[in-house]
This record gives sequence, C-alpha cells and structure tokens, in this order.
Amino acid sequence: MRYLPKSDSERRQMLDACGVSSPEELFAHLPQAVRLGRPLHLAPGISEYEIVQYFRDRAAENGNGYASFLGAGVYHHYRPVLVDTVVSRGEFLTSYTPYQAEIAQGTLTTIFEFQTMICQLTGMDVANASMYDGSTAVPEAAMMAARSTGKGRVLVARSVHPEYREVLLTYARNQGMPVEEFGYDPETGTLDLEDLERKMDDFTAAVIVQTPNFFGIADQVKEAARIAHGRGALLVVVFTEAVSLGILEPPAEADIVAGELQSFAISPSYGGPYAGIIATREKYLRQMPGRLVGQSVDSRGNRAFCLTLATREQHIRREKATSNICTNQALIALMATVFMTVYGKQGLRELAAQNLAKAHYLAGKVKPRFSGPFFNEFVVKVAAVDDLNKQLLKKKIIGGLPLGRFYPELSDSVLLCATEMTKRADMDVVADAILRAATPKEVTA
Amino acid sequence: MIKKVRPHLSQNERLVFERSSPGKKAYQLPELDVPAVDAAEALGAANVRAAIEGFPEISEVEAMRHFTRLSTWNYAIDHGMYPLGSCTMKYNPRINEVVARTEALAWAHPYQPEALAQGSMAVMAQLEAALAEITGMDAVTLQPAAGAHGELTGILLIRALLEKRGNPRKKILIPDSAHGTNPATAAIAGYAVQNIPSSATGVLDVGALAQIVDKDVAALMVTNPNTLGVFEENIIQAAEILHKKGAMLYMDGANMNALVGIARPGDFGVDVMHLNLHKTFSTPHGGGGPGAGPVAVKKVLEPFLPAPRLKRTGKKWAYDFNRKRSIGRVKAYYGNFGVLVRALAYILAHGGPGLRNATVDAVLNAVYIRKRLEAYYDLPYSQANMHEVVFSDDRQAKLGVRTGDIAKRLIDYGFHPYTVSFPLIVHGALMIEPTETEGKHEIDQFIEAMISIAQEIETDPQLVKTAPHGTRTSRVDEVAAARKPVLRWKPA
Repeated sequence: MRYLPKSDSERRQMLDACGVSSPEELFAHLPQAVRLGRPLHLAPGISEYEIVQYFRDRAAENGNGYASFLGAGVYHHYRPVLVDTVVSRGEFLTSYTPYQAEIAQGTLTTIFEFQTMICQLTGMDVANASMYDGSTAVPEAAMMAARSTGKGRVLVARSVHPEYREVLLTYARNQGMPVEEFGYDPETGTLDLEDLERKMDDFTAAVIVQTPNFFGIADQVKEAARIAHGRGALLVVVFTEAVSLGILEPPAEADIVAGELQSFAISPSYGGPYAGIIATREKYLRQMPGRLVGQSVDSRGNRAFCLTLATREQHIRREKATSNICTNQALIALMATVFMTVYGKQGLRELAAQNLAKAHYLAGKVKPRFSGPFFNEFVVKVAAVDDLNKQLLKKKIIGGLPLGRFYPELSDSVLLCATEMTKRADMDVVADAILRAATPKEVTA
Repeated sequence: MIKKVRPHLSQNERLVFERSSPGKKAYQLPELDVPAVDAAEALGAANVRAAIEGFPEISEVEAMRHFTRLSTWNYAIDHGMYPLGSCTMKYNPRINEVVARTEALAWAHPYQPEALAQGSMAVMAQLEAALAEITGMDAVTLQPAAGAHGELTGILLIRALLEKRGNPRKKILIPDSAHGTNPATAAIAGYAVQNIPSSATGVLDVGALAQIVDKDVAALMVTNPNTLGVFEENIIQAAEILHKKGAMLYMDGANMNALVGIARPGDFGVDVMHLNLHKTFSTPHGGGGPGAGPVAVKKVLEPFLPAPRLKRTGKKWAYDFNRKRSIGRVKAYYGNFGVLVRALAYILAHGGPGLRNATVDAVLNAVYIRKRLEAYYDLPYSQANMHEVVFSDDRQAKLGVRTGDIAKRLIDYGFHPYTVSFPLIVHGALMIEPTETEGKHEIDQFIEAMISIAQEIETDPQLVKTAPHGTRTSRVDEVAAARKPVLRWKPA
C-alpha cells in the first residue's frame, strides 16, 4: 500500500528483531474475546484516480453552478489565492500543536499575528488562538462570564444565530445555567431593549447579543452594555460576518467578543471546518478558554514565541480547567490571518464597502422587512416563500433562507445576503421574482 | 554522530505589522457593478468605524515571502518522523487535500436545499457507516469538531440516557493515566470526577473498580489501549461491572490506531466512544486543528444523538430534525465536513484489509522501538505494548538530565520530540508513538539518535541539558512568557 513505507523484507527483519515469527503474534496478548475474527466489511483500497472520481461523482450530486443568496452565518466571499498557497505548505499543514517552541516558531508567530489582528479588529485587549467555531464560542463565552462574575444566569437575544443558541442550550442545560431569551423589535429588527431590561436581574452573568444580528442589522451594542453593566453582568457580543468589521464600529463596550471567521477566506464546506474566536478585556484573561501564544526570548536573547498561561488548560488543570478544548482550528485561523494580511487596512474596508453596496442595491429594489441599518443581508417579506425559491432554482439561483424554520412569526420572510461575489444581474432576477410574487400594495408601501 | 540533518540557512522575518507601510496592497477588488453607498448614510455615522489601527499593509510578494519564511521555521510530518505519543502523527496523503477542495463540495452552503446537497449528505452517510463498522457500534454522529468535543457529546449522551432512566447520577470515574481532556469534559458536562489509581501493572484494577462503582457512578472513561500503549485486558469485565450497576463505559478513541481491523470497541463492551479523525484517519493536524471528533454509540444511546440525523427517504438523503430525545446541537450545521471528506478519502484508499495492515505496521514499529531501546531507557511497565511505548527518564535523571532535555536534544538529531512527561503515572515519561507511516530507515535513525543521546548523557550531560543547539531558535523562556504575558503586538 502506497502509504506504508516498508518492504516485505524490512518487515521481516523488524519482526525478527522483535522476536516474533508473524505479525499476528504482536497481538497475542489480546484476549480472544475482544478480537475481530473477520475482515472489516469495507471494500478493498482504491487508487488516487478512483478516489478523485468518487468525490467528483458526489460533487455532481450536489447543486452545481448556482448563484446563491444564502448567508445566515456562512458567507460566500472570494478567497485570495495566497490563502490556499500558504496553508498547503506541509510545514503548516502537517505540523502538530506548537508545544515544542524551538521547532514551531512558524506556527507560533502566525498565531501571535492572528491574536493581534483579532484584537485590532474587535477592539479587545486579548484574543485566543481560536475556538472550534462561532457556535461553540458562545457557550464558552457564557461559561467564562459565569466564572468571572460568580453568577449563573444567561440572557440571550433571539436575534443571535438560532443554531448558536441551540448549542448554548446544550452546554447550559448540563451546567445548571438557566438561559432565557429576549426579543427583537418587530419594526426595526434591533434588540427589544425594554424586554431586556425587564428580564435583567442581579443573578445574570451574561447578556449575549449579535451584531450584525441574524437579520443582518447593526445592533445596539452600547445600549445592551449599559443594561448589562447596570446589573453587574458581562456583555458578550457575537459576530458571524467578520467582513462587517471592516466598516462597522467594533463592539468596544463588550466584555467578551465571541465570533466566527468563516468570512475570512474559509470555504463554506457545507458547515465546517471554520474558526471561532474569543477576545476579551485584560482583566478576564485568566478565565479565557483555549490556547494562547505569548512573546518571550530564547536563551540567545532573540525574540521567540511560545504557548503560554497553560495553567488555564485541561492538560495541566484537568477537571479545574477553564474549558475542555484541546485541538482547535489552527490551520483555519492561519487562513484568516493570510486573508487579513492580503486585504489589510484598506482592503478590508473596501471589501466591506462593496458588500454594503451590493446588499443595498438589492434592498433598494425590494422592501426590507425591518428598518434597522443592515450590512450585507436583510429580511424581506414575500408572498409565498417556497414558491419564490422554487422559481429561482429554475433560474439556477438559490434564494434566501426561509426564516420560518427558526422564527415561526417570520414564516412569510426570507433572509437575503449579497456579497462582493453577487452579480447585479442575479440580484435583478431575484428582485423581479419577489416583486412579481408580492401584492401591489406591499410593493408601493 | 548526527547523520540525519545538517544546518542550513533560514531567513529572518519580522512580524507582518513591522513590515507594513501605508498604502501597500496585496489585493485588488473588481469594479463595483452597482452604485457605491455612503456608509454613514446606510449604517448611521455612529456605526461606522475609523481605520483599523495597526492592521497590515504589505504587497503580495511580501505576504508570500512572509508566510513562506515563517513556514520554514516549523518542523512537520513532511520533514520526518514525529513520534508524539497519543497524537498519532502519521503521513497526511495529499489526495485528501485535493478532494476536499472539489468545488461543489467545498463551496456547498450548509443551508442549500437538501435536493442540492445529496452528494455532501452521501459522503457523510458513507463515513458514518464506515466508522460504525470499524468501531463495532450501531450509530455515529459526525457533529463534534474535535476529540474533546466528542468526549463532551458522549458524556452528554450518557447523561441523557441516565436521566431518562430516572437519575443522571453524580460522578465519572477516570483512571489516573487519562488525558486531561477527560476530567475537564466530565466537569463541563456537570459531573464530579473521581480519579481511580491504575494497578501496579498500569492497567485498570477491576477488583478495585468493583468496589468503587455504585449508584452515583454514571460512567467510566477509559482509553484503550491506555496511555501506556497497553491494551486493557480486563475491559470486558470492567464493562460488566459497570453495566451491572447501571453505569456506562465510555472509550476515548485517541489510541484507536492500535485497534482498527483488529478489535472493535463495540465488541468489548464499550457503550459510547469518540474518534479523532485527525489522528487515526490521517486528516492533517494543521498545527493544532481543525480536527473532527465523531461519536459512535450503541443502539440504546442512538435516540439521544445530536440533531439533525441523516435518514434515507426513498432514493434521497434527508435530515431528521424532529428528534425529541436529542441532547441538542453541539455545533452549528453538521460537523467539520471538510475534515470528514479527508477521512473518508483515507478509508477509501486503504480499504478494509489495508486499514488492518496499517494497524499491524503501527504496532510493529512501536514494539521494534521498545526492543531496541529498552537496554538504554527504563521501561516502568513491562506488559506487551501496542502502538506506542512509554519509557521513564529514571536512569538519566540520576545524572541530572530529564525527559524534557532528552526531547530537546532529539531536535538536534533531526526529529520532533516524543510526548514529554505524560502519562502522569510514569515518572519523567518518554511517550513514543511512531505510527505505521515510518519506514525502517527512519525508525533506525531515530533509535540511533536515542541511543546516542543516552551515551551523551553519560559523557556530557550539559550538552543535552542545553539543547537544542542546531535550531534557529534556542530554548524559549516559557516562565518569562507566563510571568508577564505579551499576547499581541503593539507599536513601539
């Protein structure tokens, strides 16, 4: 087999050196009852060519060549060629977690750059080396807030990504952490601050909001911070569309930022792998989950980096660790680092401005359901959601996400996303289809 | 005498921020085909940020050189043997990278209609089936993002089942040889941890276990083979003890590379386990992820698996979201799909018989290393080992040289160190896992290096204690890094 580098004679020599006569003897100590007395029921191995063909066949069973207006936490942005070039280098791809700093300075340096860029982007003091994704960063942030405040309750906005909230509930249920939701304003789509005030109490550890929220709207972070801080809770700000940070004010009032970097050159890949982040204020550093890289010097006095503050982590603290996370998303974080380097200070701004322009072009033709300011996605009320999307599919367009699955009260609405990749002609087709499906009264309103 | 390597020049490189100069660009966007929008008008002036202070500004060629130079400061599997115990650093076939980039798979959106995602769903279904066959379990969820995440999922499944039976119980038993993620996971799942000492031979003490298991015990988390690389020979009895008292057996699959095609956890009493696809199934570690941590369960736990579940309706794949007993989601969407593709490519390449052959070679390599090194390093536990072997530094420590020093000296010989000081039950552990993708020549060189270091310790311990000497970065002051943490670059 091409992955096994021994010839039969080498194998024989090694068996001899081990003092065993056959490979089977290596397993002689296994009790008979545990052994699998038959071959695995899996087909024999196949060639590279056949493997490529297998996955091409599967890919052909997926939709091909569709324009898409799906966002909802996963965005279709262009991936600069340099990103794949860098992460395809074996030195990054096939190395382990950089515990041996002397021969892992490449990975360590890029993580240090990553942590710095995430701080610059979010306005926070410190950022970790990555979490699995945005959805798991949310419960980690909630648990971090609970440790920091000594309180246990969590208030989460309904305009936070619905699947992130589901993940939060899974973790919270077993932590004895009550989670309550608060609403959004049906007119603006922004936080229902009165509902938040009403539900706020002195036992609340964290208020969790998202901006741009699940409806694409730049939400009221400052107001949420005022309410949270007024009762001694921390404000956790979530983001799913990292490109928005090229143009939107960073959530400087947050205590913890929990986000998803998929937008930074990470292919949608049917839901993963992506990279989450947690960034926070210096004072909460010791409660942070996940790996951190710090600057130091080597014995010759040269700048060098290493993993640090590991006394928070599971391999040192075991059941007292801040999280059980071990493997994170290092290579994906590297992709985001290359992306941020390629676009840089001007490029990320320009990219965000293009997203804004595209979404507002489309929104200018159809009426967004909410009046709040939006970045690159927005909600539209349509006469018949399923009919609309069926029509669009015939034109090789995947329409917006029907919201009824997550918000029963919005079952007459879709969430449409436009990025720099979205073509004007496709937007015209979508707008046309929506307008033709709508009643005249709604169009002119 | 160091035969495997000799020094070569490596480029110095500043941080990207120190390379930046205003106005430099590495990108160009297409002309906007719609009217530009005034950001302050569209978003409200208060919502628009100022320029991102300190963000990079460099050209494309500089970006290329920056990351290329940094990459050369890493050691990688592509360079040579990476014998980290319990990490299963095996060769990462590049075909896996190629197929993961197949356009309609890599660019599939998790919310695209099921009718347009049949290929992605088929990939997941086929991987689920293959992993169920390999583990001998009844059902598999692919949702967890990595091993520790799989552990959490598995323990939550146990909790859900026990809750349905009327009492979630209070504690999880964990051997003292376990990975740190095990106790950390139990705590996050809301359980108290009871550490159980290993027997004098380093394995589960079933006599002691029978005394400990009571109505408060939800499960035992066990790694098999354990972190000494030794198969838990009493695993079936352990399972019986647990099951008799209504408790469950969780298996940490970190060491599954020793068992694939040889023995199946489902056949020796395990109720739930996770796999590390980035270990056993060769998806790359990527400098610390991404991984994937599928969880395999027996039928009794299947109703509790995270939603959604794949199901076959007629000729089509569909999602079943309506799972009333599900523990809920552990991650958005369906799992680290791109990693799943790589793992399936690996399984297809080996096939059933090939996977077993890989296991045989992995064990052969570890046994061979043990035989050839046991005259030079103390072997604290003498049972037959499988895919890894654990020595102790007892003999070298008498001369003032510890496992961490030996590991650093190994770097000078052109190898990545083994796992240092783990498992905790071995004093000064040297935990060596070669995997099956090392040939005899590479392993012989490794053995020669280890023997040479053992001799250096006798003649010149200082040489070893100050290693590495040949790297561009010498020993890093980790204490200083932790004492005064500098976690981000700031302008001077």
